[in-house]
Amino acid sequence: MSRQPPRRGLAERAAEFAREWSVPRQLRGADHRREAAEAAISRTLRPRLEEADRVGTSICPYCAVGCAQLIYARDGRPIHVEGDPRSPVNQGTLCPKGAATFGLMTSPMRLDRCLHRVPGATAWREVTLDWAMDRIAHLVRRTRDETFVKDLPDGTPLNHTLGIASMGGATLDNEENYLIKKLFSGGLGMVFVENQARV
Amino acid sequence: MPQWDLANSDCVLVMGSNMAENHPIAFRFVLQAKARGATIIHADPRFTRTSAMADIYAPIRAGTDVAFLGGIIRHVLEHDLWFREWAIPYTNIATILGEDYRDAEDGDGLFSGWQEESRKYSPESWQYEGVTMPSALAESYVDTEGFCEATKRLHEGPPPRDPTLQHPRCVYQVMKRHFARYTPEMVERVTGCPREVFLKVCEALARNSGRERTTAICYAVGWNHHSTGVQIIRSGAILQALLGNVGRPGGGMLALRGHTSIQGSTDIPTLYDMLPGYLPQPHAFKPHSTLESYLDAETSPTGWWRNFPKYAVSLLRAWYGEAAAPENGWGFDWVPRIVGDHSQLPLTVAMRNRIIRGLFVMGQNPVVGSSNSLLVQRGLADLDWMVVRDFAETDTASFWRDGHLVRSGGMRPEDIRTEVFLMPAALSGEKAGSFTNTHRLLQWHDKVVPPPGDSRSEHWFVYHLGRRLKDLYAASEREEDRAIRALTWEYPVDDEGEPDAEAILQEINGYTWPDRTLLPDFEALKEDGSTACGCWIYSGVFPKPGENRSRARRPDGPEGPGTHLGWGFAWPSNRRTLNNRASADPEGRPWSERKRLVWWDEAKQEWASPDQIDFPKDKRPDYEPDWSRKPAGMDAISGRQPFIMIPDGVAGLFVPSGLKDGPLPAHYEPVESPVANPLYGQSISPAAKRWEHADNPVHGTGDPRWPHVLTTFRLTEHHSGGTPTRLVPTTAELQPEGFAEIPTELARALGIRSTDWVVISTPRGAIETRALVTDRLRPWRLDGRMVHQIALPWHFGWVGYATGDVANVLTAVVGDPNTGMHENKALTCALRPGRLRRAGGAGVAREAR
Amino acid sequence: MEGGLAHRRALDYADRDPRGPIPQEAEITTGRRVEPGRAYGFFTDTTLCIGCKACEVACKEWNQLPADHLGLTGHSYDNTGHLGAHTWRHVTFNEKIGKDGRRATTMPPYQSHWLMMSDVCKHCDPAPCLEACPTGALFRTEFESVVVQQDICNGCGYCVPACPFGVVELSVEDGKAHKCTLCYDRLKGGLEPACAKSCPTDSIRFGPVEELLEGAKARVARLHAQGQPAAYLYGAPGTPRATGGIGRLNAFFLLIERPEAYNLPPAPSRPAPRALPSILSGLAAVAGLAAAALLIGVGRR
Repeated sequence: MSRQPPRRGLAERAAEFAREWSVPRQLRGADHRREAAEAAISRTLRPRLEEADRVGTSICPYCAVGCAQLIYARDGRPIHVEGDPRSPVNQGTLCPKGAATFGLMTSPMRLDRCLHRVPGATAWREVTLDWAMDRIAHLVRRTRDETFVKDLPDGTPLNHTLGIASMGGATLDNEENYLIKKLFSGGLGMVFVENQARV
Repeated sequence: MPQWDLANSDCVLVMGSNMAENHPIAFRFVLQAKARGATIIHADPRFTRTSAMADIYAPIRAGTDVAFLGGIIRHVLEHDLWFREWAIPYTNIATILGEDYRDAEDGDGLFSGWQEESRKYSPESWQYEGVTMPSALAESYVDTEGFCEATKRLHEGPPPRDPTLQHPRCVYQVMKRHFARYTPEMVERVTGCPREVFLKVCEALARNSGRERTTAICYAVGWNHHSTGVQIIRSGAILQALLGNVGRPGGGMLALRGHTSIQGSTDIPTLYDMLPGYLPQPHAFKPHSTLESYLDAETSPTGWWRNFPKYAVSLLRAWYGEAAAPENGWGFDWVPRIVGDHSQLPLTVAMRNRIIRGLFVMGQNPVVGSSNSLLVQRGLADLDWMVVRDFAETDTASFWRDGHLVRSGGMRPEDIRTEVFLMPAALSGEKAGSFTNTHRLLQWHDKVVPPPGDSRSEHWFVYHLGRRLKDLYAASEREEDRAIRALTWEYPVDDEGEPDAEAILQEINGYTWPDRTLLPDFEALKEDGSTACGCWIYSGVFPKPGENRSRARRPDGPEGPGTHLGWGFAWPSNRRTLNNRASADPEGRPWSERKRLVWWDEAKQEWASPDQIDFPKDKRPDYEPDWSRKPAGMDAISGRQPFIMIPDGVAGLFVPSGLKDGPLPAHYEPVESPVANPLYGQSISPAAKRWEHADNPVHGTGDPRWPHVLTTFRLTEHHSGGTPTRLVPTTAELQPEGFAEIPTELARALGIRSTDWVVISTPRGAIETRALVTDRLRPWRLDGRMVHQIALPWHFGWVGYATGDVANVLTAVVGDPNTGMHENKALTCALRPGRLRRAGGAGVAREAR
Repeated sequence: MEGGLAHRRALDYADRDPRGPIPQEAEITTGRRVEPGRAYGFFTDTTLCIGCKACEVACKEWNQLPADHLGLTGHSYDNTGHLGAHTWRHVTFNEKIGKDGRRATTMPPYQSHWLMMSDVCKHCDPAPCLEACPTGALFRTEFESVVVQQDICNGCGYCVPACPFGVVELSVEDGKAHKCTLCYDRLKGGLEPACAKSCPTDSIRFGPVEELLEGAKARVARLHAQGQPAAYLYGAPGTPRATGGIGRLNAFFLLIERPEAYNLPPAPSRPAPRALPSILSGLAAVAGLAAAALLIGVGRR
């Protein structure tokens, strides 16, 4: 889990040492501070935010306070996430979770492939996104058709299925929740649609 | 209230919340208030990082919040410390109840209307004299005889009032009697809070309320997670309404919610009982069989909710488009009917009972987060299929490999028949969309980078699943497939197939039908099918093409005014403080210069404010309804009634309809409690939700096998179900392992030291964890004996860098009757030093007793 | 600013997103620009610390430091333990609520009964670590902060015992000395250091040391007036418990208990006058040592 500093060869290190060793310079100037002691890295040092080719406005993905963030990216990858200093909610600050947003986006434990577990299997297998989508759509149709109830014996309409449930939504966008409710409830007739609001 | 408005508070009571830990950035404004001299109070069962920053820390035993708050209400009434000029016109304190009402004082803890056979209350006897009130919720309908007709009386005049408060059945007199026994002595006896500390709290709240000063209450799930959760929150609201701390700068109730868009997912509910904008999901056993009967039953005669039909029809038009027509109730006939409680807790029981066969889990981790985790894990094993969408493997996704039951030998992966999909999901910077924060503020986030690999947004997933299902059903002629075929599902997509989130937000905002001109506001909505709107309260967020107001990023500068109307979009209509008409007196003048927010501008003939007014902009303060004309809707709300969503325009101290466990809060012990209720013979809430199941045993009051109080909590270093922090190295290392906080006295008695292993058990199961011995928990002396309290953080599971047993193995499926929320803040348990025996086919880890 | 009011310069970016880091963003987040030639530092006001550890996380995320200590210590909520090569901010916890089997119920204002403090390199002036460094890797920057230049450090480790606060440590990964840089790279870009920027309650304040000092003295006076008479400054020149031999700490603290209660030395001393190698104590010897250390450092991998 550690992020290793870059490792370099002995020759490279020795050459750099000779070049950047500041003691002779300091002896000449007799001042072991600032320019006299400054090494190459220090002279060229800049914050990596300056390497960003894209800055985007974002909102912290953890709690509901709604702290604004700026995401700095280069070549399609995040290079850092910080509090947005403009925001009246957080004024640039972030809590320990919000401050870890960059670590969340780049967590070594992140998943980037679809996994599938066959009934009774003891391990995952990798599947394509397209295969998973197709299979899920067919399972939804099968389960819905097997469990859909149109009305009660007395004719009271139900138009629902109790056979499929959905959990989650509080971490998602409003637009995503809208699509979930619209498709699952308004389209498929699912009634077990719940998110973390009660948890 | 906006979080930043806390900086204007003169006193902040944090209760049911560990605000400094769980909402540190909101707490920033509490400390800004404190720097200006505000008094900070923390009432909590645990001394936390919030308590450390408080001026007064009031320790209370878990589950006794109503007794504590009821005691403050009594103190305020008894010593005449309430804000009379505010509360008499702005609340129902003077309203007269009907003759049939009997208080819990007279029923030993039961209000009138209790029906033993169905274990439910009928609210018939809770009504005002001669007036049946619809619930102030959108779910207006109350199941009483002749309800719809009875509510029409509201057109004829306001409910009867006695502003002198002398009438024995006016709410003031009823409340005084109801809370009379909630004395400081009783508060100390029930809650364990020393009397002198309790009185300090009362004095601070009273001192910091009134014309010149305001007090805020901040709460979180520490109030929700009880079988009496709603009544705890009601107690806080009653107190604030008595003290005049509603709708005013620095005053109010701030619900500190847990997930980034949990407010949004309640407004646009991925919840079973509501349609977007707090419209009720039609119910098979209510008069909802046609649109006409639904609108008739659910439309309040008076107040803003009179507009209900516009919102319902516009939603149906948004969903069913061209197929929506008057003959099919604009598609209402296709909307699924609920038949009971389908919320989180019964959902898990329904999995276990094989009613549910397929499950989607999108950004949630119910194995860690849901009550009675062993029941949940068994339920998952009973499914045919499950789709988990998250940014990494979660405990829920891997229950079949690493779950508690597998580990203890109770189940073998080979025997679990559930087909599981684990699909990688995009995080907020990897997709565009809006979140709604805890103070109703919609804020947009950009897609800055693409999500890695096969990761996709839920926009993508749901949209493409919908496309595939529409294809599968395209040829169907069946009536039951009409809805999916009719559903409007045309959203522009980009090269990767990602639907345009702004197009979805435009549908939520609403447009004219069929020419799709964006609507400026919900006032433009119609009930004739000529407008479509996905969520009426969000209307105005996208009023014109190119104007996504959730993406507004214009804060107020050093000169203020500090309402920040240019930052994001607050529903409704960008109003930052709800009910802000109440910040002016009945005549329309600010209560004081110091607490100025809204005032009537006689020259302009309109309300003026640095905020948007939560009231008709041009309704004069002296407007009175002409009752001879039987006014409806807002015409029946006078210029002095700030609470426009409530049918009689005033805050309800006493609630005639809408609550399932009584019109006033009464203290009940938690369902599992070490002691009986000292206040009433009815020890626990009679209406508390219980689900009988062999996997969900619950024990009675004072069971000696489970002697200790157990409460659960969250840490600042972790988030909820733990996935987004246990899997991130920098947060995981801060709280790297599960633990239980144990008070020093109990630890000493059992020979337990910090980091020792301990086993905690309840009738549902047992877990092992490490001890953290601390003086921050205190023993309670209750009726002459010592009761100890153990506290468990709730985030841990087996996945990630920081791991530990799942605390919810111990909790029960027991809930609040109004919300169905669980009671994981107060239950009882046993504790011993040592470890659990694991593996070897010993079955479920359960302590034998 | 109170109530979320934005700095005037933030309005330049109203409804207009920055395309890179905002120039002199520190002016928006702290009210002060960052300019070479002035002394900058931290004023950590423990009475505002909520122990959230945002500083620890923000530091590690910015400086890309690995998580290095996974284990429950049992010492309150401190699972970090100490400052080190990969931990440049450390929040200490000290529970004081229990006394003689009873629990306190009266609360003096601010952080009663549970002391929390975010510890950090003090960027001492003069700095014993820098004086002990034979290679010149440790140097004083144009912001008066003390930084280990990684391209020079040979891992000799002299700086480690020289530090009176136990801040500097050799990394097991590269054998070199590491510690807080006061976010040297960020300062060069006009950005507030990561820990101070993230701090939810402004317990950690960043700015020119002289200005921080003025604010800190005013804060002490205010606390005294509010009923917290124990408040005092630790490590600021001219304040009680001024440090032996070290003129001032560029990162100084407001405390309400004795320094030991926060794991701070009551009288940190400057070991320089004792027999530590310094720049003038023999170039050849030092060079030899450095070369040996370099080889050892390499061999260690």
